[in-house]
Amino acid sequence: MRGGKFQNNWRMAELHAKESPDRVWELETYGALFDRTPEGKISQRNFGGHEYPRLAHVGDRTGLELIRTMQQKIVSLQQEDFAETGDYESKIKVFAELTITEILKTDGKVSGALGYWRESGEFVVFEAPAVVLATGGIGKSFKVTSNSWEGTGDGHALALKAGGNLMHMEFIQFHPTGMVWPLSVKGILVTESVRGDGGVLRNSDGKRFMFDYIPPVFVKQYADTEEEADRWYTDPDNNRRPPELLPRDEVARAINSEVKAGRGSPHGGVFLDVSTRLAPEVIKARLPSMWHQFKELADVDITKQAMEVGPTCHYVMGGVQVEPDTGAATGVPGLFAAGEVAGGMHGSNRLGGNSLSDLLVFGRRAGVGASEYVTALGSKPKLAQAEIDRALASALAPFKGDSKENAYAVHYELQQMMNDLVGIIRVGAEMKEAIEKLETMKERAKHVSVSGDTKFNPGWHIALDLMNMLLVSEAVAKSAMEREESRGGHTRDDFPTMDPKWRAIHVITSWDGSKVSTKRESLPPMPKELAGLFDVEELKKYLLPEELAQLGMGGN
Amino acid sequence: MGYLASMRIWRGNSEAGQLEQHKVEVGEGEVVLDVIHRLQATEAPDLAVRWNCKAGKCGSCSAEINGKPSLMCMTRMNTFAEDEEITVTPLRAFPVIKDLVADVSFNYKKAREIPAFKGPENLKPGEYRMEQIDVQRSQEFRKCIECFLCQDTCHVIRDHEENKESFAGPRFFIRLAELDMHPLDQLDRKRDAQEEHGLGMCNITKCCTAVCPEHIKITDNAIIPMKERVVDEKYDPLVWLGRTIGRRKAD
Repeated sequence: MRGGKFQNNWRMAELHAKESPDRVWELETYGALFDRTPEGKISQRNFGGHEYPRLAHVGDRTGLELIRTMQQKIVSLQQEDFAETGDYESKIKVFAELTITEILKTDGKVSGALGYWRESGEFVVFEAPAVVLATGGIGKSFKVTSNSWEGTGDGHALALKAGGNLMHMEFIQFHPTGMVWPLSVKGILVTESVRGDGGVLRNSDGKRFMFDYIPPVFVKQYADTEEEADRWYTDPDNNRRPPELLPRDEVARAINSEVKAGRGSPHGGVFLDVSTRLAPEVIKARLPSMWHQFKELADVDITKQAMEVGPTCHYVMGGVQVEPDTGAATGVPGLFAAGEVAGGMHGSNRLGGNSLSDLLVFGRRAGVGASEYVTALGSKPKLAQAEIDRALASALAPFKGDSKENAYAVHYELQQMMNDLVGIIRVGAEMKEAIEKLETMKERAKHVSVSGDTKFNPGWHIALDLMNMLLVSEAVAKSAMEREESRGGHTRDDFPTMDPKWRAIHVITSWDGSKVSTKRESLPPMPKELAGLFDVEELKKYLLPEELAQLGMGGN
Repeated sequence: MGYLASMRIWRGNSEAGQLEQHKVEVGEGEVVLDVIHRLQATEAPDLAVRWNCKAGKCGSCSAEINGKPSLMCMTRMNTFAEDEEITVTPLRAFPVIKDLVADVSFNYKKAREIPAFKGPENLKPGEYRMEQIDVQRSQEFRKCIECFLCQDTCHVIRDHEENKESFAGPRFFIRLAELDMHPLDQLDRKRDAQEEHGLGMCNITKCCTAVCPEHIKITDNAIIPMKERVVDEKYDPLVWLGRTIGRRKAD
């Protein structure tokens, strides 16, 4: 809640905190091998903004361990099904490299989905009374991003097109440490483990500048001298933590300011250094993946040299508005969402490590939610042929494009524009310009034409992805325009401070078939027992006096 | 900076194909995948290539560069001379789908044939206790990003299509080793490795280790120890006796 500046849906934060340990232990029973403590338990570590070292991890590749464990669990379930039915796919079938283009509905309820195999270009109609979106983020709408080609906001767009709402779309996390050089790898992530393990940030004067950027709301938790900060690594109980481990939004803004003030590194970043602080063997043991990444992509040996890093678009806090306990999307019966594509859990800024546990906790909850929904449904909604035909025509439209407009070129312009006008620091006038430019790009995108056929045709894929990115970018720009304050992953030069009036308000976006519109809604108030976990003095920094009074925390 | 590189890119499908010549601009610090992407965005919008993270973490952009199985995202252009011709072809050991995209489903079939991790039944979630030094051995193999370059380069299947039925390949030998070395796994993996997955067909030429982008010591740390364990079990007279009279598990 603190990391998200109290903008989080409290119920999601509560479920996440309560259920994460069970989900991690469950992974061990599937074969995951986390790093261990001397007692043989799962070793836990700190990331930015954490009060306790709580991240179960595997060196600097925890995400890969989760992917592999889940993949192997699916195989193991298929093996059980094979033993029972003689068919590996009798209950679970994986449709690898298949893109969904539309959620199909009948009488207002989800009845299925249309997709195409990237490999063969053939279409698949799914008859399904419930669909769970788990499509991740939107980073590919920005020029500098850590996201892969899949981060095109497909799920966000599918939900909007199906009549769902997005929330919090103005909150975008620029991870403070992406690679800045060579250009071809600009944006690729440098994991937060580097700072968690003792890496420090310095400017071109050699100064550890983060000490100058501790915001008033965090002075109690962060050290104000290098000596205290250094002691924290070995004695976290008696020292405050180093400011390099502030939440990501704070660190990203600080780096941005240093570079703007002319104290950046040669390629426009700052220096992130472990080489002067840890022995080479320790670096190679704890950060093997980062060591290889820099050695092979940038000719930099991080055991001897500092890394150059700068902010990169990493994560969208905003997403589909869902019911916290079940992941059910508001307004679309049968649609569910979990993970990055869902909104609310992380508020205005996500803390490191919380994405992985979010997936485990809410992935399971959305699955259970969908299954209970289907059981309660009784009869399955029937697919309507007219719906299928309409969705098919729309997916094939780029082959009938009437001009030589190139999807790659429009995409490139979109990325540059979002970076420049709706990026890490925002201003009203620039966002207004972005919203106007998006209208022009939407018009151009309608005329994109694609050559070749549907078989593994990247030109066609990007043409369809582009429509999603434009839709999502419109939601981002309009939400950002709406929120007249700065909070977490939304920083405005024209409204530079956090305003408690905005704390309980979230911006909702929806789509009417041609335009995205915004409205404001109130966040549900936090119950007393959760509010009681915080110091009253801290809550006063975020909440309005009347909100405190309702919690029985008013007065002095 | 910047120069025009001579690229020869394989274009085609499962029936036919040929190498196409292209001159493509190269910028400072770029990798082969950047050049392929530039080609896509300009001259060849429908050029098929599978990729994802562009940071050597996902294992998607495997191909053969001048005949060497490599990740396109980790092969820097400055490892070639500016006037050198660079040939990019799809993985040879697997059927081609289109251009640089190969059908790697062979590997998913093999993955299904290896029984999953089986934990102890008397331990509940949260009760697992393992030493770091013990999990470390399996952790090395779990670094695998499933790029399948080791599978592609292994001559047992690369040059002998007929071996695919009975040979799982290096990627799955490290999977078997990982499970065998897992401190809490309850199954015996050794007999299966030899009799079901063709471990004996490997004649340790170490080509798999040479192409592994994660630098996993596939041969030294997985295949050879597994071969030794198989031999230990198969030829140890005490184990043989124990198994014959059926009173104890051989390990």
